[in-house]
Amino acid sequence: MADSDGRQVDGVNHATGKIYRLKLFFNNEGKELTKEEKQRLRKEKKQHKKNKKDDKGPPEKEKEKEKASVPAPSKPATQSPAHKAAPAPVHASESAAAAEKPAKSKAELRAERRARQDSERTSKQGKKEGGQQSASSKPKATPNELQPVVKRLPEHVQVDDPAALKKLAKKLERQQVRQIHSCDLPIVPLRSDYGYKVSLFSHLHQYSRKSPPTLQISIPATVIHPSIVRLGLQYSQGIIAGSNARSVALLHTFKQVIQDYSTPPNEELSRDLVNKLSPYISFLSQCRPLSASMGNAIKYIKKEISNIPSQCKEEEAKGKLQACIDSYINEKIILASEAISKYAIEKISDGDVILVYGCSSLVNHILCKAFEKQRKFRVIVVDSRPRLEGREALRRLVKKGIRCTYVLISALSYILPEVSKVFLGAHALLANGYVMSRVGTSQIALVAKAYNVPVLVCCETYKFCERVQTDSFVSNELDDPDDLIVTRNGKSHLENWQTVKSLGLLNLVYDVTPPDFVDLVITDLGMIPCTSVPVVLRVKNVDQ
Amino acid sequence: MEERELVEYFRAQIREDPDVASAVAAIRSLLEFLKRDQSETILGLRENMTKAIQRLEETDSSVAVSSGGELFLRFISLTSLEHPDLSQCKNVMIERGELFLKKISLSRGKVGKLCHTFIKDGAKILTHSSSRVVLKVLENAAADNKRFTVYVTESQPDSAGKLMAQKLHNLNIPVTVVLDAAVGYIMEKVDLVIVGAEGVVESGGVINKIGTYQMAVCSKAHNKPFYVVAESFKFVRLYPLNQQDVPDRFKYKADILKTVKDLNQEHPMIDYTPPSLITLLFTDLGVLTPSAVSDELIKLYL
Repeated sequence: MADSDGRQVDGVNHATGKIYRLKLFFNNEGKELTKEEKQRLRKEKKQHKKNKKDDKGPPEKEKEKEKASVPAPSKPATQSPAHKAAPAPVHASESAAAAEKPAKSKAELRAERRARQDSERTSKQGKKEGGQQSASSKPKATPNELQPVVKRLPEHVQVDDPAALKKLAKKLERQQVRQIHSCDLPIVPLRSDYGYKVSLFSHLHQYSRKSPPTLQISIPATVIHPSIVRLGLQYSQGIIAGSNARSVALLHTFKQVIQDYSTPPNEELSRDLVNKLSPYISFLSQCRPLSASMGNAIKYIKKEISNIPSQCKEEEAKGKLQACIDSYINEKIILASEAISKYAIEKISDGDVILVYGCSSLVNHILCKAFEKQRKFRVIVVDSRPRLEGREALRRLVKKGIRCTYVLISALSYILPEVSKVFLGAHALLANGYVMSRVGTSQIALVAKAYNVPVLVCCETYKFCERVQTDSFVSNELDDPDDLIVTRNGKSHLENWQTVKSLGLLNLVYDVTPPDFVDLVITDLGMIPCTSVPVVLRVKNVDQ
Repeated sequence: MEERELVEYFRAQIREDPDVASAVAAIRSLLEFLKRDQSETILGLRENMTKAIQRLEETDSSVAVSSGGELFLRFISLTSLEHPDLSQCKNVMIERGELFLKKISLSRGKVGKLCHTFIKDGAKILTHSSSRVVLKVLENAAADNKRFTVYVTESQPDSAGKLMAQKLHNLNIPVTVVLDAAVGYIMEKVDLVIVGAEGVVESGGVINKIGTYQMAVCSKAHNKPFYVVAESFKFVRLYPLNQQDVPDRFKYKADILKTVKDLNQEHPMIDYTPPSLITLLFTDLGVLTPSAVSDELIKLYL
């Protein structure tokens, strides 16, 4: 759907999209809006949005009726100069908001858009009969009405729904088009899936490590900051792994980005910087889906940026933001782990046999601290393929001098009668008390429960997320299936797995553990039962 | 006020009014200590209070005294934050202390009022050892003209169950004393189990006289509701993972802790019942599920 400039412009069926396009067209005509005009435009947009929300019901019907009538008169509308002319109003509010815009653009674009909406709607209706795609369209409408704490289903989770994929592509494009007006190449590439996906998980992305997203980026990457590109590459290749490591790396990279940022003329730092960060975040989530901790960190940064007063000078603002990021890392990650170690050490008594799984930076820190405090205990490290992260944990603990045993997860029920406590790390703690962690964690918790061994989960509060999930299918991450190929004695049996049509390799990354299997959660706020996570979230929201 | 005097005052409180909860007596003594305290600074005052609480814990090693003392200390710290001037602070503290004391003296009545509606006419109730709160609940139910029978366990080693049976007999409630070992035998006959608590821990579990855990496991196996009645000042910031994790200073009586060297030979007086076995907790803050206890504790302490 091209407008008179021949440039691809989107049509999205809500106020922002419409007005965005109009603004773009306006910019394209060479008229530079001053700061005040932009602020006024923004106010009008807000007003428009509010009005649109109020009469959301009737306008749907109104639009249908008007669609039939409007395209006819607006099509022959000639190229009149930039002036307010209104042959075809849709809503009184819309026309008021768009009072300054040239009528030609409004009418013509509206006509094009309506025609496209028609086709989209019919295709969507057909889809809706299937029934399963209602989720993809609902989230667009609901976030405005529900409280801000409800998180909508992220678009990238609906991989097998072509409409959602299209939406994601449009979103990515929109973000770039906003930045660069002339460039045609996609700056944030859409990574393509690799290999056959097991049907239960076909709604998730499955990428191959051999084709990183950076291959498709144009040079010079003027829209994506080079340190973000580097970070994305590190994520996608698995060089930086572990939720704390990823969050800290992200925050440091954002510090670099803020350092290199300079406000363009006639823009406010508080708004422009947030817009600049959006394509970076899209790029990073294409490299590897964002973790809950990264999501919370990003939310915090965006809030801090938008709270910068407009009269603040640029250097001062940048310095303030850098200090904010530093204090976030210090408080939420470093000091939190000190506090958690303090509580956890109370729970470690002499003669304990502690079981740990995989490599959690927090659990390793706790054990090292406990060892320094002269507690007598020994550790059993449980590991699993294909990541074999337990080896890293083993290395760190043995270096400290702690007595360790190393087993694979298949030997779990054999080793558990010896164990007195299980310490687990977490990737995120969900609002219904479920623990999301590395795949295999729920298995450990289940068997430990069967043997009546207490299970303790250690998690900082910044990893608490407001999502609710009861199973590991609905939202997860699929890693490169080629990791499962093992070469032994020179033979790799699964090498040609793609040629076998009925064979699928599944390399899950996370799983969720129900709260009945977890006895205690140690956070920087203290020791709480798993069911009290929503209480902590509530307390945190009140604080903010 | 000397520490000796404090202990004497505490013991006197318990002697005069055997019905008073030990935590209430402790708080009353601490308030008296506060009134007579001679320190010049707030920090000094707080130090003296901490020492006084420790002294009281050594006298009576029950969990309730510990939790009551901690609550009082916390409440004092909050007050001292608002009024930096010592004399003004002290007056406010004493005034609030009296108010606090009055409130918690009424808490047993509140619990009784909440719980007795759960006892239906014709019910058979099983209880463990001697608890003043359970007695209050049963008293309220009897006053409501409900007919019910009570089974009490003997609760060795101090035979506290027999004392409970006597008190219930005085209220004209039909009561039978059973052996501790007969809990499994009697469980199929009873409709519900009500026990008191010495302490309610963060996980929602309870610490109570030894034998409570057994009763809870039996009632779970028979699908009988297991109710715990406790006042809110018994909420304590412990989080035991299992029986072993309960600190030794609560498990044994105070004098035994001081005199005996090898605790393995002694028998613990309390045990820990995990929250998964408890149906509901009746407190003066309302009727709570075990998971809500943590919520209340966060509100109280954070």
